[in-house]
Amino acid sequence: MNEKSIKQVLGFWVLRLCMGFVALILVVVFYDIITKGAPAVTWTFLTQSPREGMTEGGIFPAIVGTFLVTMITAILAVPLGMGSAIYLNEYAPDNFMTRFIRMSIRNLSGVPSIVYGLFGVALFVEMCHFGTSIISAGCTLGLMTLPLTITASEEALKAVPRSYREGALALGATKWQSIRTNVLPYAIPGMLTGAILGLSRAAGETAPILFTGAAFFLPDLPNSLLSQFMALPYHLYIMSTQHHNITLVRPIAYGTALVLLMLIFLVNISAIILRYRLRQMKKE
Amino acid sequence: MPNMKPKIKIKDFNFYYGASQVLKRISMDIQPTHVTAIIGPSGCGKSTLLRCLNRMNDLIPSSRPEGKIEIDGQDINAPSIDVVDLRKRVGMVFQKPNPFPKSIFDNVAYGLRVNGIKDNRLIEKRVEASLKGSALWEEAKDRLKENALNLSGGQQQRLCVARALAIEPEVLLMDEPASALDPIATAKIEELIVELKKKYTIVIVTHNMQQAARISDSTAFLMQGDLVEYGKTSDIFTKPKQKMTEEYITGRFG
Repeated sequence: MNEKSIKQVLGFWVLRLCMGFVALILVVVFYDIITKGAPAVTWTFLTQSPREGMTEGGIFPAIVGTFLVTMITAILAVPLGMGSAIYLNEYAPDNFMTRFIRMSIRNLSGVPSIVYGLFGVALFVEMCHFGTSIISAGCTLGLMTLPLTITASEEALKAVPRSYREGALALGATKWQSIRTNVLPYAIPGMLTGAILGLSRAAGETAPILFTGAAFFLPDLPNSLLSQFMALPYHLYIMSTQHHNITLVRPIAYGTALVLLMLIFLVNISAIILRYRLRQMKKE
Repeated sequence: MPNMKPKIKIKDFNFYYGASQVLKRISMDIQPTHVTAIIGPSGCGKSTLLRCLNRMNDLIPSSRPEGKIEIDGQDINAPSIDVVDLRKRVGMVFQKPNPFPKSIFDNVAYGLRVNGIKDNRLIEKRVEASLKGSALWEEAKDRLKENALNLSGGQQQRLCVARALAIEPEVLLMDEPASALDPIATAKIEELIVELKKKYTIVIVTHNMQQAARISDSTAFLMQGDLVEYGKTSDIFTKPKQKMTEEYITGRFG
């Protein structure tokens, strides 16, 4: 073997090892959570409230809480994000101002989530008088998700060929008609996928809901959007660090982790299915 | 040049992209029901000139027209002109076939629908007439509901012609319509152009000199933004007045 092909083989192996290492970590994490969490996940676990000082019972209120908060996040982040992306990509002139705004949006997605949490307290809990509630937490997560949905939506819009826009305009369509009938239909799958992935990340966040509405323990389900709530990631955090008997409730913590993981998995898979469906529809 | 009333009058027209001037004092009259070819080396501004005729260049930021382009005596850059209306009157076929990823029928119906025509029977009639007009009807009539992207490149380009015809324009602009097509598809497009000039004023940009010679009545030769020569195609190709024109059409440069 000459030097060139030895280098090539070596190169391949280095890359292969990198890949293998990443896959290994993933497998170990999954194995750990599934083997330790699966025994705890029963029907009772999924449908009942915690009992006996959170050493027994289930995580139903946390599932409901996470679901409700994510809904609020979606209502805020998806339409706003898509709308801003359409404006930025289709209408905004390319000048210093828009470049500055775009850069700020990119930077916002790098802001630590605990900072969003503090900001949520100031804006929603205090200033808007929402108190610590589902709506405060949902809005905080919504703000955190916005940069992601805007960026993903803009990428999806950029992927639509210019010729679709020009072709429509050349036929006497107005700019809005060309966007609505000849750009959005082809960008929507990508926009939605981005939005859903952003939401699944928001659903798993702890820091932003920590001060804005998540509760340690609530015996009842929330009865309005202004109630406090239990959430899966926060419950997991409590069960692993704050509980008076951490070793005793370890299985519950693992069960919660598994449920959270599965939920996020489910959401991501639904994003993939949705995108596939929409693509098929387009091909007809 | 026959002495008809010109359809399009271009007078002392300049065009700028930012600080650079891409068209310099262009003046030419374009005859109705004529094929006018614009030839010239890459980057000479021929596509820019074509795209000024339906104001497609409006989309390019920091571009600026100066001077006059009149269609039927109306200044198309005047503030009172609605650019959407203008583009209905001045149809365009692009260099690369760009059918929308919709059915063949919906592609042709697109221009009608965005212009507010809702009567389905009228739409059907116009779609059929347009597809016949672009010589695609026989191939497409049994597959109108099929995605237009399944058509061959040449068929796609004829579909784009049909799409432009559907809104009954007066002028048809074609930007190298055959450059992405094989010889057989090219021949079909050329036949089509000759057929269409009976009803429409056609302006075509082409790289292919034989094509200009075959199908056009008048030819304009552009070079670095200057209109070097403009006249009857037979004159331009047999006895050009300018040395530069002669050198270009005999293939000495470009």
